[in-house]
Amino acid sequence: MLSAVVLHALAALAVASGVLVFVVDSMARATFSLLTSLLCVAGVVIGLGLDYLGVVTVLMMTIEMAVMAVFMIMYMMNPAGLMPMTMVHNTRGSAVLCGLLFVLLVTGVLLIPWPEPRGRPPRDATRELGMSLMGPQMLTMMTLGMALFATIVSGVVLAVRGGRYDRRGDGLDAGREPGPSRGDVGG
Amino acid sequence: MAEATSLWAVVALPPVLVVAAATVAAVDARPGTGGVAGTGREVLRLLVQQRRSTNASDRLLLRGGVILLPMAALLAAAVVPFGFTSVSDLPDGVVWFNAMEALAWAAVWLTGWGPNSALSMIGGYRFLAQGLAYEIPHMLALTTAALGAESLRVGAIVDAQAGLWFALWMPVSFVVYLASALAMAFWGPFDQPVGSDAAGGAGVELSGVDRVLFLGGRRLLLTVAAAVSVPLFLGGGHGPLLPGWAWTLVKTAAVVALLLWVRRRLPVLRMERWTAVSWMVLTPLAIAQALLVALVVLGR
Repeated sequence: MLSAVVLHALAALAVASGVLVFVVDSMARATFSLLTSLLCVAGVVIGLGLDYLGVVTVLMMTIEMAVMAVFMIMYMMNPAGLMPMTMVHNTRGSAVLCGLLFVLLVTGVLLIPWPEPRGRPPRDATRELGMSLMGPQMLTMMTLGMALFATIVSGVVLAVRGGRYDRRGDGLDAGREPGPSRGDVGG
Repeated sequence: MAEATSLWAVVALPPVLVVAAATVAAVDARPGTGGVAGTGREVLRLLVQQRRSTNASDRLLLRGGVILLPMAALLAAAVVPFGFTSVSDLPDGVVWFNAMEALAWAAVWLTGWGPNSALSMIGGYRFLAQGLAYEIPHMLALTTAALGAESLRVGAIVDAQAGLWFALWMPVSFVVYLASALAMAFWGPFDQPVGSDAAGGAGVELSGVDRVLFLGGRRLLLTVAAAVSVPLFLGGGHGPLLPGWAWTLVKTAAVVALLLWVRRRLPVLRMERWTAVSWMVLTPLAIAQALLVALVVLGR
C-alpha cells in the first residue's frame, strides 16, 4: 500500500517536472527540471524491484544532464544562455502533435491485453529483464556497443582540426608544435 | 558479512559524519586560524551572518546546489560499513556510491551557476571538466574492486578481503581511487573549481549558512570518499586484535591523513592537464588492472 502511494507520487512528480521543462524560462532550470523528472523515473524503476537499473539511471542521467547543461547553454538559440528565454517553438503545432501522441499512447495502454502475472517475481529481476530483452543476442549487442563507441571516437578524431595527427603527422614523428588547446600529453 | 542495522544508525549517521568532517576541517585549518576553536568560531559566525545576494541570481538553483552537496555525501555514506555494519548494505552498493557522488557534479555546477556571477560560473564549469577527467578511471577502479569480489555489494567486497587486501593486488585501482577521491571533493591538487585564482570559484558568492553547507559538504564528501576506500581496498573492518569498528576508524583516519598530506605536498593541477593524464595514462592502466583481476577471478 505504502509503496503504491510512493510509486504514484514519484510518477506524478516525474510528469510535473517534465512539464516544467517547457514552462520555465531558463536553460539551467529546464535542464535540472528534466533531471528531477528522470530521477523520479529512476525511483519508480527501483520501486518496481529493478534496483540496479534504477541506481544506474540516477548515475547516468545526473552526469548526462550536467554535461548537457554545458552544451545546451553554449550552443542553444540564445548565445549567452543566461537571459530568460522561452523553451518552446511552434507552440500550437507541437501542442497538437503532443495531444495526438498522448491520446494514441493512452488508447494503447487501455486497449492492450496485459498478461496476467503468473508465478512469483524472480529473485534477480534485473537479470531476468536483461535475458528477456536480449536473450541469446547479448554478445551481438555488446559487439554493437563497442562498434558504436569506436565510431564515435574515430568520428571525433577525424573531425578535430589541429589534433596530434595533424600537427605531427600520421606516425607522430614530425616536429613538435604546441596544440591549439593546453593539456596534450606527448604533443 | 555486513549486518542490517536498526533505525538508530540512520539517525546517528549524519551527526557522526559531520563531527568527522569537522575534525578533518579543524586538523587541516591553515596555521594561524586557531585550529579547532577557530574553525568552530568561523562556522558560528557564518551561521548567524546575513546572506548576501547578487543581482538576478537564480536563488532556487543556488539553494538546491548548496543543499545537494552535503546531501549527496550523506547518501553516499549509507553504504559504507562501520566495522561490518552499514546503514543499508544495498545489493548494488558500489553503483549507489558512484551515483550519489555524481550528484556532486550537479551540486557544484548549480552552486556556480546560481549567483549570476562570472567567477562563480567558471568554478562550476571547472568542476564539470574535472569530473569528466576523473570519472572514467574512477569507474574502472570501482569496477575492479567489485570484480575482485564478484559482487556489487560493499559487504561482499569486505568479506572477499578477509585474507588479502585489494589494495595489495590491485594497487593501480587503489591509487586511481585515491586520486579521484581528491578530485571528486575538489580538494588539494584538484581545488581549481574553488581555486583562489578565480577568487574562490564556485563558492565565491556564498555567504552565511550557504557557505557552511557548501564548504562543509565538500569536507563531508572528502571524508566519505576516504571512508569508502577502506571497504573497497583496505579490507574494511578486518584486522587482528581490535574490533571491526576500531579498524574502520583507524584505516579511515590513515587515508584521510594521507589525503591531507598530499594536499600539503602537491601543487594545484589544472583540470585539462589532469584530463590528459587521466585519459591517456590512467585509463589504459586501470583497464589493464581490471583485465588482470578478471583473469585471476576466472582462474579461481
